[in-house]
Amino acid sequence: MREGRSRSFYVLALFFAAYVLFLYGPMIAIFVLSFQGPSGGLTFPMNGFSFHWFEKLFAGNGIVDLGAAFRRSLALGIVVMIITVVLSVSAGLAFRKKFRGSGILFYMAIASLIVPSIVTSLGIALEFRVLDDVLRNYFLPSWETGMGLFTSGLGAHLTWTLPFGLLIMFAIFNRFDCRLEEAARDLGATPWQTFWHVILPIILPSVIGIGLFGFTLSWDELARSSQAIGAVNTLPLELQGLTTTVTNPDIYALGTVTTAVSFIVISVALGLILILQKRQKRFGNDAGKGL
Amino acid sequence: MSLASSVELINVTKQFQNSVAVDAIDLQIAAGTYCCLLGPSGCGKTTTLRMIAGHEAATSGDIILGAQNVTDLPPAKRGTAMMFQSYALFPHLTVINNVAFALKMRGVAKSDRLEKAAKLLHLVDMSPYAERLPAQLSGGQQQRVALARALITEPQVLLLDEPLSALDPFLRIRMRAELKRLQRELGITFIHVTHGQDEAMALADKIVLMNNGKIAQVGSPRDVYNAPRSEFVARFIGGHNVLMSGTKNIAVRFDQMKLLGSKAKTKGPSLSGHVSEIEYQGNAFHVSMKSDDGQELALHLAEAEFDAAPLDVGSLIITTWDPASAHALG
Repeated sequence: MREGRSRSFYVLALFFAAYVLFLYGPMIAIFVLSFQGPSGGLTFPMNGFSFHWFEKLFAGNGIVDLGAAFRRSLALGIVVMIITVVLSVSAGLAFRKKFRGSGILFYMAIASLIVPSIVTSLGIALEFRVLDDVLRNYFLPSWETGMGLFTSGLGAHLTWTLPFGLLIMFAIFNRFDCRLEEAARDLGATPWQTFWHVILPIILPSVIGIGLFGFTLSWDELARSSQAIGAVNTLPLELQGLTTTVTNPDIYALGTVTTAVSFIVISVALGLILILQKRQKRFGNDAGKGL
Repeated sequence: MSLASSVELINVTKQFQNSVAVDAIDLQIAAGTYCCLLGPSGCGKTTTLRMIAGHEAATSGDIILGAQNVTDLPPAKRGTAMMFQSYALFPHLTVINNVAFALKMRGVAKSDRLEKAAKLLHLVDMSPYAERLPAQLSGGQQQRVALARALITEPQVLLLDEPLSALDPFLRIRMRAELKRLQRELGITFIHVTHGQDEAMALADKIVLMNNGKIAQVGSPRDVYNAPRSEFVARFIGGHNVLMSGTKNIAVRFDQMKLLGSKAKTKGPSLSGHVSEIEYQGNAFHVSMKSDDGQELALHLAEAEFDAAPLDVGSLIITTWDPASAHALG
């Protein structure tokens, strides 16, 4: 053995560099192309440098209303997020106790991760059509369809986000120290107070994580939306439509703007966390000392 | 602060699915006693403590605190407070808010509860650390906070579940002195679960030695150490040889065994055998031997005594003891 790095380090480093390039290459390409000159197209080479496509983006696009699709996706994403968080946390709490059929219920919830999403969402769409037929033929002759953003669309998205939320919650409660709940009970907290003052604050980072996860999964969902969304489109559906019909780099500009917003949000969050940690550090630390 | 109260268990049993953790025990602990529940793991001592705390329901029997039957009361209504193993401090709350937690749950105004919490932090010498999070504290500091948090409810009985087991040996001895001091100052009943006989001997007014869900012996540390009632007690409390004497077993303390020269004669009981191990323990030599009839025993020799006739592993020795210092075991 000698000091210094072995040959395998350089091989693996090269491999890792290729991986990073593969991961971020597309994003960088889109970022660069969004500054394409007014006469440039969807691919390289760059035809000059301009903010033309950004201006066009904010001025509005004549063909489809991206703004309306954006608002629809946002609203759907937020509803999905709230339902995912509430149901995952409740289910996580419930599954800590053994109850009859818990195993079957768990596998049923997880199954929609394994079944191809197209199949699940086709099933949801069919289900709604059957419901529509029944309603139209037997009860409400004027009934058109129950399918829509917040019915079949919401359901399709939840089949995607709920299993993830549930699995995360299981992992969290696996590590949760139930002596903390006993301590709270010993100190006179009611079950609701224990949840509100002890359990929730401790699992809060994970709960926020599930919320963001649920939102993101819904935000860029394509396969399930394509089958079950009904008459109106979500943002990813509109964008997919655009890439096949439009040949302008303004969707690149949209990509750059959304990425920039994401990075700003992440930076602000990290900055806040650092500030809070620094404030707490003022009080000193004796962890691990024999005092 | 608050009045101590006595604790009485009457025929208390705890049955889990297919095992009996605590088997019909009766126990009386006078108010203001420092009582140690001692025993090997799985003997039912922690289950007993948790039943007194109300975190485990008794399968049958009654638990009386002071004049009140608390068997069916929730933990916070019993006048007990529990200090959990590894303390179970709330990781997201600062030290002062951990201590003030019980008062917050009762809806005490913020300024009042923080004032009271500050008093308790002062009691356990933790005032400078009020704004830290539990993760910023050492083990000993966390324990003090856990004590303050339990004491803020002004309990009549404090229940401690292996409170010293997470500390390193040096700190453990310091903290146990502090527990004893605190109990003396507050005057309330402490019930302390431990598997360390040295800890129980050092702290307890009353030792309750448990085995297999039953109480093996109750008494002051001196009573138990000087007159172990069974082979289990003699072995668990340590420092005793369990020897066969006719058909019965007897216990003789290591330090009451005497060494005879290999040629000497004795009128009293004796055993001859070979030295199997010698340990120097600072204040004495711990000499293990195997007797010719196959019994394992040990004796403690003072340093001067050892130096007068040094032994080696394999030396032939004869030991004897005063029959008056031997205890028949049941």
